[in-house]
Amino acid sequence: MPQITYVQPDGERRSIPVAPGATVMLTAVANNVPGIVAECGGAAMCATCHVYVDEQSQALLPPVSEVENEMLESAASGRRENSRLGCQIAMPDGVEEIVVHIPSTQN
Amino acid sequence: MNQAGVVIVGSGQGGYQVAASLRDDGYQGPVVLVGEEPGLPYQRPPLSKGFLAGKTPVEELALRPESFYPGRDIALLSSQRVMHIDRATRRVALAGGRELPYGHLVLATGTRPRLLLVPGAELDNVVPLRSCADAQAIHARLQTARHVVVIGAGFIGLEVAVVARAMGCEVHVIEFADRALKRAVSKEVGGFLVEAQAQRGVVFSFSTGVASLAGDGGKVAAVLTYTGRTIPADLVVIGVGVEPNIELARGAGLAVDDGIVVNAQLLTSDPAISAIGDCARFPADYSPVPVRLESVQNAVDQARCVSARLAGKSAPDTRYDKLPWFWSDQGEYRLQIAGVSAADDDAVVRGDMSQGKFSVLRFRGERLTAVESINSAADHMAARKLLAEGTSVSRSQAADVSQKLAALARPS
Repeated sequence: MPQITYVQPDGERRSIPVAPGATVMLTAVANNVPGIVAECGGAAMCATCHVYVDEQSQALLPPVSEVENEMLESAASGRRENSRLGCQIAMPDGVEEIVVHIPSTQN
Repeated sequence: MNQAGVVIVGSGQGGYQVAASLRDDGYQGPVVLVGEEPGLPYQRPPLSKGFLAGKTPVEELALRPESFYPGRDIALLSSQRVMHIDRATRRVALAGGRELPYGHLVLATGTRPRLLLVPGAELDNVVPLRSCADAQAIHARLQTARHVVVIGAGFIGLEVAVVARAMGCEVHVIEFADRALKRAVSKEVGGFLVEAQAQRGVVFSFSTGVASLAGDGGKVAAVLTYTGRTIPADLVVIGVGVEPNIELARGAGLAVDDGIVVNAQLLTSDPAISAIGDCARFPADYSPVPVRLESVQNAVDQARCVSARLAGKSAPDTRYDKLPWFWSDQGEYRLQIAGVSAADDDAVVRGDMSQGKFSVLRFRGERLTAVESINSAADHMAARKLLAEGTSVSRSQAADVSQKLAALARPS
């Protein structure tokens, strides 16, 4: 089964099996993964589900939308080239694993 | 204090956040979260947006899964109403007679919809929107409704109108004031959103009060206005604002004033009791009088402030001073607001309103008070920073789209 792997700032890894279409944010919240705050509940209004996507996973994901791009500019932990909002990235069809790194702070 | 722990009354966004933050902050004592509604604490914003439209499944409303609460050693008591606070013995009494001792009590009792006090308001298919159950009832009725009348052109009213129209209903919005969102945004932004909905076929009547509702076989059939109009309706959604739930506090002799009165540390007139979120009236440096704000941000940030104090993570005299921000989703338009403006603050438009992507910067004298952004998330996020740090922005800078607002902020 496909999975999303979350890597905490201290290096701890946890992989959660998901169905295609599951978002990085909702999967984290439903499985008590710490560090994904999701204050606005997935409306791309708060930028507190910010993640850094692992290099190998980046190309598997659809591109950043204009709204996501603008919200990421102000992410609390600083934007990098692999920054995404967890609420805006869903597990694509046919992908076995995506790996995301959780930043040290969301607010 | 650790022995009796923290009891939180109200399991909405604020109450949930106090409980979660206490554990994040290392608080070791008992944490009890008491809520009147059944089930898990959930998010309210989608109730008038994606959930009402049937796009968000009910499971996704929950703030956290059931396993979260025992996992963090949080006792969640749902479907339980707190009837009484005994401040002398530091206990709260539940409706069933059970008593809970507290070392510190947090009131996060929220608000309830203001009632429409007109003849016919008790008819079937006349409904408020506050709870998940309300939203489910409205969604079910929208499947068959043909003529929907929304009373009140505030955030709830406009969001419901968008959803109802998209589901194919005829929608008529009636507002007592002379324009939409009068308490919340400039006339430019309010007018823009109304125009966008009018183009999709929503009808608006401003400066119009509701005189009565007419029924047919116990169900609402029409709305009669002060101005003598009869508007057919088979579903009426009431969105005329909310009232804070202050009765418990007042019954305990705490200071109340359209909200539970708290000081800059969010403590009530009893230092063993805090109040947060929609129900709390607190001093804010951007307002000459204490304010009460209804928003997710306010509930969450006030919860964090109280948690940090109770867990000993912040100094006991730490003031609550977070910048307020708000959002609304209306069809293809995202409204984001940073800061709090007064109705007569000036408005400077930044960007091209006709392109549906712009911000309105509000000024009181030369001081920036708030920024209202339509489909301009970058402006909004920059505005949060500018307002929080108190950086001055001139009116000419406000209107100059050749320079990003973020460039005016202090380097971080």
